Amino acid sequence: MKLSREEVLHIARLARVALTEAEITRMSEQLSNLLEHFEVLQQVDTEGVPPTAQSVELQSVMRDDVIVPSLSQDDVLANAPRREDDCFRVRAVLE
Amino acid sequence: MTRMQYTIHEAHQLLKAKKLSSVELTQACLERIRQIEPKVKALVTVTDKPALEQAQQADKLIAEGKGGPLTGIPLAIKDVICTKGVRTTCSSKMLENFVPPYNAAVMEKLNAAGAVMVGKANMDEFAMGSSTENSALFTTHNPWDLERVPGGSSGGSAVAVAAGEALGALGSDTGGSIRQPAGFCSVVGLKPTYGRVSRYGLVAFASSLDQIGPLTQDVTDCALMLNAIAGQDKRDSTSIPEIVPDYTQSLKPDLKGMRIGVPKEYYVEGMQTGVSAAMKAALHKLEELGAKLEETSLPHTGYSLAVYYIIAPSEASANLARYDGVKYGYSYAGDTMWESMEKTRENGFGPEVKRRIMLGTYALSAGYYDAWYVKAQKVRTLIRREFDAAFEKYDALVTPTSPTVPFKIGERADDPLAMYLSDVCTLPINIAGVPAVSIPAGFVDGLPVGMQIIGKHFKEETILRVAYAYEQATEWHKKKPNV
Repeated sequence: MKLSREEVLHIARLARVALTEAEITRMSEQLSNLLEHFEVLQQVDTEGVPPTAQSVELQSVMRDDVIVPSLSQDDVLANAPRREDDCFRVRAVLE
Repeated sequence: MTRMQYTIHEAHQLLKAKKLSSVELTQACLERIRQIEPKVKALVTVTDKPALEQAQQADKLIAEGKGGPLTGIPLAIKDVICTKGVRTTCSSKMLENFVPPYNAAVMEKLNAAGAVMVGKANMDEFAMGSSTENSALFTTHNPWDLERVPGGSSGGSAVAVAAGEALGALGSDTGGSIRQPAGFCSVVGLKPTYGRVSRYGLVAFASSLDQIGPLTQDVTDCALMLNAIAGQDKRDSTSIPEIVPDYTQSLKPDLKGMRIGVPKEYYVEGMQTGVSAAMKAALHKLEELGAKLEETSLPHTGYSLAVYYIIAPSEASANLARYDGVKYGYSYAGDTMWESMEKTRENGFGPEVKRRIMLGTYALSAGYYDAWYVKAQKVRTLIRREFDAAFEKYDALVTPTSPTVPFKIGERADDPLAMYLSDVCTLPINIAGVPAVSIPAGFVDGLPVGMQIIGKHFKEETILRVAYAYEQATEWHKKKPNV
């Protein structure tokens, strides 16, 4: 299992992480090594075995639809890097 | 007054008898922090002022004859747990200046119990790591040997307790992050059953594996802290509506009638001879206490590492998508939205976090999802079933917490696989969701060895009973590092 430079760049784009040249090379080597090790899983017979998403079997937990106080807008926006009025300010989405 | 090395239950007795005040106790911890913090670097933030206010409040409660076992007790809190008005960094540049607008559920409970918070503890960035070397702020040093790692990711919490900066601490454990540092620092560390403690306000790493738990100087303190934080919380839909017993009630000094399994897969590959010898002696001690020991086998153990390092990074890649530089945290001001986001994440995350986001994104991406992620989830089922079957026969399973004693700072930093292997004994427990505790079980050339006791889902009282009986019959937990 060898991850090419193109594959590393593709994953980085999906994850929206910019990488330096050095990081691309290192990532390609390190991820390839890890995936090679993880290939042991292909030896395991999982025919008919259902997947486990979490270990405690709870399903569709419901609660009553009761209105409770939430954080104030100022609290919610207190950590915002850029704020305009009561909104988070972002860069233009459409060019 | 350099060090008040009281356990929580000892300090509680002194507070109740008015032989000691919480202000005195808190001041002693803060003084200890001032003295040794330059050497051990366990804390990201010292909350001295609010701590003294909390201590005064606690003294008032105690004077009125109110309060409980944690009232007035100084604790350290891992910096992944949201504390209202107190910076919560996750030891990441991404959250270096993040001040949560609300408290985690466990903090609400500790505050209601009258506990005192003396500081926020250092960790591997976003709880990803086994040594605190992945902290973007600094590395914590092991008080038993300052050139060695304290373990991770809750390394700061373990050191704060081992070195006497706090009487107890909270950590979080996704693949061993409470137990491995507890073992490396010779303290008690419990990962409760998945669903036992609310994760509301715990900054998410891998949501199907994360659990908050206590790090303490002895087993009684561990039971007291678990009493305080366990229980269902409507804001965490995976927390379980199971009754919370008084965990101190199960602490008995013998193990008559207990059946303990010793899974052979945990006693082979890469285990140091000193650790092996310490474990042999510990198992013998359990037999002397009346337990019936039997060798058993959990044949899928060897696949845990691969299962964990596919599932945990996959969940992490989704959870950490929230760090986009818009709502909170570090933000790069680029020309376009995508540039801003990509640069925010490039500069804000450290190498290990990026590695895991990349690994998880890959495992979840089109064409690879079934081969990696679903396959890992299926093997997860097999691992869980194996534990279920073992607990039909045994009350508890006993293994080493780590195959080695603490390693040197820098020794494994450039080799992710070697670092991941230091969690090989603790990962399977999170995969299965069962509870496990690490307790002091000896030393090799002055370096601590931890013993891990694993139990059935929601049977924390059983593993605490085994832990307590062993502790009462040994002296390891009384040895303190000389810093």
